Amino acid sequence: MKIVYSWLQDYIDLSGYSLVELARILTMTGLEVEEVQVIGLPMPANGPLEFKFTGLSWDPEKIIVARIDEVMPHPNADRLVLCRLNDGQEEHIVLTGAPNLYEYKGIGPLPTPLKVAWAKEGAQIYDGHQPGQVLTTLKRAKIRGVESYSMVCSEKELGISDEHEGIMILDPEAPTGAPLRDVLGDAVFEISILPNMIRNASVIGVARELSAVLNRPLRMPDTSFEAAGPAIDGMVSIQIVDPDLNPRFMVGLIQNTRPVPSPDKIQRRLTLAGMRPINSLVDATNYVMLETGEPLHAFDYDKLVERAGGKAPTIITRAAKPGEKLTTLDEVERELDPVMILVTDTAGPLSLAGVMGGLESEVTPETRNVLLEAASWNFVNVRRTMNQLRLNSEAGYRFSRGVHPELAPLALQLGLKRMQAWSGAGEIARGVVDNYPRPHVDPVVTLTPAEVARQLGVELPAEQIAGLLRSLDFEVSVEGGRLQVKAPPHRLDIGEGIVGKADLIEEIARLYGYDNIPETRLSDELPPARANRALEVEERIKDLLAGMGLQEVITYRLTTPEREARLRLAEEGPLEYIRLANPISPERVVMRRSLLASVMEVMERNARVTDRLALFEAGPVYLPVSGQDLPVEAETLAIAMCGRRYPEDWNQPVDARMDFFDLKGLLEALLEDLHIENVEFTPAADPTYHPGKCARLSAGDVVLGTFGELHPEIQRRYDLPSAPVLAAELDLSRLIELVPERFETRPVPVYPAVLEDLALVVDEDLPAAELERAIRQAGGPLLADVRLFDIYRGEQIGAGKKSMAYSLAYQAPDHTLNEKEAAQIRQRIIKRLEHTLGAKLRG
Amino acid sequence: MTETQVFEDLEQILQQGLAALEEVKDEAGLQAWRTAHLGRSAPVMQMFSRLPQLPKELRPQVGQRANQVKQALEAALAERGEQVRAASLQQKLASERVDVTLPGRQPLRGRLHPETQVLRRIFAVFEEMGFQVFRSRDVETDEYNFELLNIPAYHPARDMWDTFYTTRPGVLLRTHTSPGQIHVMRASAPEPIRAILPGMCYRYEQVSARHETQFYQVEVLAVGKNITFGDLKGTVNGFARRMFGQNVRTRLRPSYFPFTEPSAEMDVECFVCGGKGCPVCKGSGWLEIMGCGMMHPTVLRNGGYDPEVYSGFAAGMGPERISMLQSRIEDIRYFWANDLRFLEQF
Repeated sequence: MKIVYSWLQDYIDLSGYSLVELARILTMTGLEVEEVQVIGLPMPANGPLEFKFTGLSWDPEKIIVARIDEVMPHPNADRLVLCRLNDGQEEHIVLTGAPNLYEYKGIGPLPTPLKVAWAKEGAQIYDGHQPGQVLTTLKRAKIRGVESYSMVCSEKELGISDEHEGIMILDPEAPTGAPLRDVLGDAVFEISILPNMIRNASVIGVARELSAVLNRPLRMPDTSFEAAGPAIDGMVSIQIVDPDLNPRFMVGLIQNTRPVPSPDKIQRRLTLAGMRPINSLVDATNYVMLETGEPLHAFDYDKLVERAGGKAPTIITRAAKPGEKLTTLDEVERELDPVMILVTDTAGPLSLAGVMGGLESEVTPETRNVLLEAASWNFVNVRRTMNQLRLNSEAGYRFSRGVHPELAPLALQLGLKRMQAWSGAGEIARGVVDNYPRPHVDPVVTLTPAEVARQLGVELPAEQIAGLLRSLDFEVSVEGGRLQVKAPPHRLDIGEGIVGKADLIEEIARLYGYDNIPETRLSDELPPARANRALEVEERIKDLLAGMGLQEVITYRLTTPEREARLRLAEEGPLEYIRLANPISPERVVMRRSLLASVMEVMERNARVTDRLALFEAGPVYLPVSGQDLPVEAETLAIAMCGRRYPEDWNQPVDARMDFFDLKGLLEALLEDLHIENVEFTPAADPTYHPGKCARLSAGDVVLGTFGELHPEIQRRYDLPSAPVLAAELDLSRLIELVPERFETRPVPVYPAVLEDLALVVDEDLPAAELERAIRQAGGPLLADVRLFDIYRGEQIGAGKKSMAYSLAYQAPDHTLNEKEAAQIRQRIIKRLEHTLGAKLRG
Repeated sequence: MTETQVFEDLEQILQQGLAALEEVKDEAGLQAWRTAHLGRSAPVMQMFSRLPQLPKELRPQVGQRANQVKQALEAALAERGEQVRAASLQQKLASERVDVTLPGRQPLRGRLHPETQVLRRIFAVFEEMGFQVFRSRDVETDEYNFELLNIPAYHPARDMWDTFYTTRPGVLLRTHTSPGQIHVMRASAPEPIRAILPGMCYRYEQVSARHETQFYQVEVLAVGKNITFGDLKGTVNGFARRMFGQNVRTRLRPSYFPFTEPSAEMDVECFVCGGKGCPVCKGSGWLEIMGCGMMHPTVLRNGGYDPEVYSGFAAGMGPERISMLQSRIEDIRYFWANDLRFLEQF
């Protein structure tokens, strides 16, 4: 919300405070100043710019009020004139092309001289001929043979508005020779209004906050006027169908008025506040809304009478009927529904209550009699109306956040008074019609200093608390150390009971100043210590994977089914997803079901960045469960690797590509470091993977997931180098559950091991794991280690066979094994393997 | 053979030996010299075998002298051996010199995502103050995300969150980690709580350098019978000092959240410019770091705590923003784009 500095000063004396100080005070009161726009006033001196300042400062020496005494034709140009201008000291001839001076051209000395803003050589102004605001410095020039070293300025050149049609004509009372900034200088505070502070979306609202913190009186505007018109009784009647929707509806009437341009000062204030001046009647409604926070609506009274067949109109407020239509004043025909509230008459809808007026009854240049409405509306309905129609308005902004019904009389009086004053015509009817079926009861809250101290940690005496609240117009009585606090009749954000107490404590803290509340350390009882084992183990897993050379990634959890389908074969049926009702991008419409699909996209994106990709992500996938609203959020671990085993380097000659066993080795190491036992790798069939290079990882009877080399058909769908892509997707929750709370160590052997190599010829399709298991079983407890070091296939051993060479270590915990003992173990192994697996010792 | 002749021979053996040793340059030469001058057939050794042929009275003297010559040759060999080895080591070392300015062989390095790194720092600071991590779900109900947090339908405060709704009625993607407040309270009541609630949140927002549709949030929550706004200040200021520097200045500015009252924004003095004003703080000298406040009585009650007895505070921050400010990251989209050229800088 834009708060105009000069306007604010109508209601409070701000002398002695700089713009920066005011911005700081407002911000620390909860009215965050986002920007300060200066119009002519000086910017803060160098130093930390606490606030964003924009706009143009006017040099007091170079931009001043001057007087045009005569407008003369230019000898060589029809579209230019020469002004005889006086700056209070001497006369200058100033050249301009301003069309609004043509009417004075050649009529001799002006009976009433024109006061203008005059910029001298060297003045900084905005370039009037360029779009937007482009700074320029006024230079001496010769235009069509006439020397020019100064100019009379338009509003645009001074940064007041975009107006550049003609030069700005000042109030005739403006003192010639005075710095312009002393006459017209102003500033605009751009304030972000918090949702619970809608009472401050008005100039008076901001002034009231300042009055409370600066301890200076709030000056309310004078609402008195002479009601010269007839009594309003009998000229209009009001029916409220549902007081829940429309707690109050009030009208006043002004007759024989006319829309004319509003006074310059009013137009300037409206412009600076971000509203376009229209005419005195419309401007009055907008001005009073910005001033008080109560939106007004003006009807052309004659149109209402016409619609009522010449009789006194009856205004009826009610919910819209399904399918009812209204053309709003933005000339859009809108279809209504019962959530919307309408102001109607006997002939049908007139306006969309609280949001926008109807086209038919709006004020036009021909309007002479105005029926002025001040009402209050159910904010929920206004809000839903705006959402459904996607319609925003200044009135809707306020009504959708709640406007207190007691603001209506003030705003109505001010509106009528200003219409009359600014139009210079009209008689205001005596009295108002006020239908207020259910008067608002402002809550009364009891509060004790102890309750304040319990929340804030500072002990404040009851009288101090009362003083703080009274400064914001709360009615406070103190009795026996308890405060009875009644909310002021302009705010709806104070609740009842314990909520009301919290609301008041917030106001007390705000006014006392957050800065003044001393910082303390928590001294309350600590909660019981609870382990978060899932998190602890997950973090350990991440550390282990990073330690093994993998880069962690974190991807978007929103994706599309199509992107995930790249990892799946077409034959598989469609999957059910958690789907967005309002996606913002076609790329993000469902919650992912595959973590690997997300990681694969990262692989693809980085394929050209590096020759070695090794990534992992730990995070949830979202699996809908039939009969339940919420999905299972399954913690998952995905790993993908591709490219060189070691990055290319000047001293790294090995150009080996990672394969299945790099990934398997990594998983083995991970599970071993996590002390998970009974780990098993079994061949698996999963259409995502190469049928011969895919395994299932399990521990005991818990299946952790599948991994392997991606199926070439799947890999082809990704823009990746042709090297094998290794991938794994594991159930992270299960993995975490398998990690034992503690593990036991074995003593370091004291006696040396007997080392021996053993090459066994077996059938080609005998799995290595089976062979190793048999060796270990046969070897018994004295077989300390089994390590495969070579596999040989060739003519020597025959087709369909392979030779598996193991390095074995025999070791006893209590003595050094002798030759005989070692030979016994060896014989046992050979014999058992011959018997069970048909293995032959390779000669 | 005369007496003198024998001693002259011994002298000659010694001199020849020493002279020959001078010529020896390497380990192989040393071996050859040892064979020639101290080996079984070396002249000095032959002198010993000739001893019995000498007159009896000469034998002790000659024997003694021969021993001296042998020892002298051995000592000379040892000394020369040291010299030769030192010289050859020198040569070897010189030949092994590498260009130490060549790039080193990089170990295979994996790294944690910057998000994980900043989260761990934040957790560590709060854990020292007795807070414990509590996680909750991403896909939430309207009830937990809004209604129980004092944000009824059509409440003006709903404008503060642009929400992704799912096709299931009443199911949405959480817009903040605050639903975790209700979850942790309902799991803990009536015990005191000090919890850290991290999690991915989602907002219906056009993606830009400053805004993402998905982002992390970390919320801290304290509930107990004796928790004040002063404690809130102490906790968030303590966090700021640990995170941004022991002497950093902070301020609390009134703000609004439906689930806290009083509410505040915490600003930290810009640690890039020290408060002088720079592009990072947009010239203001302050950085907005977190929103916080005393828990609203309605929320406490919805969590199962009697607001007449219990009080509490909550504070929430965006870890990406903290990471961005600390590491001068220009664009929030870097976080989930996962370009290795970005990730590998952490």
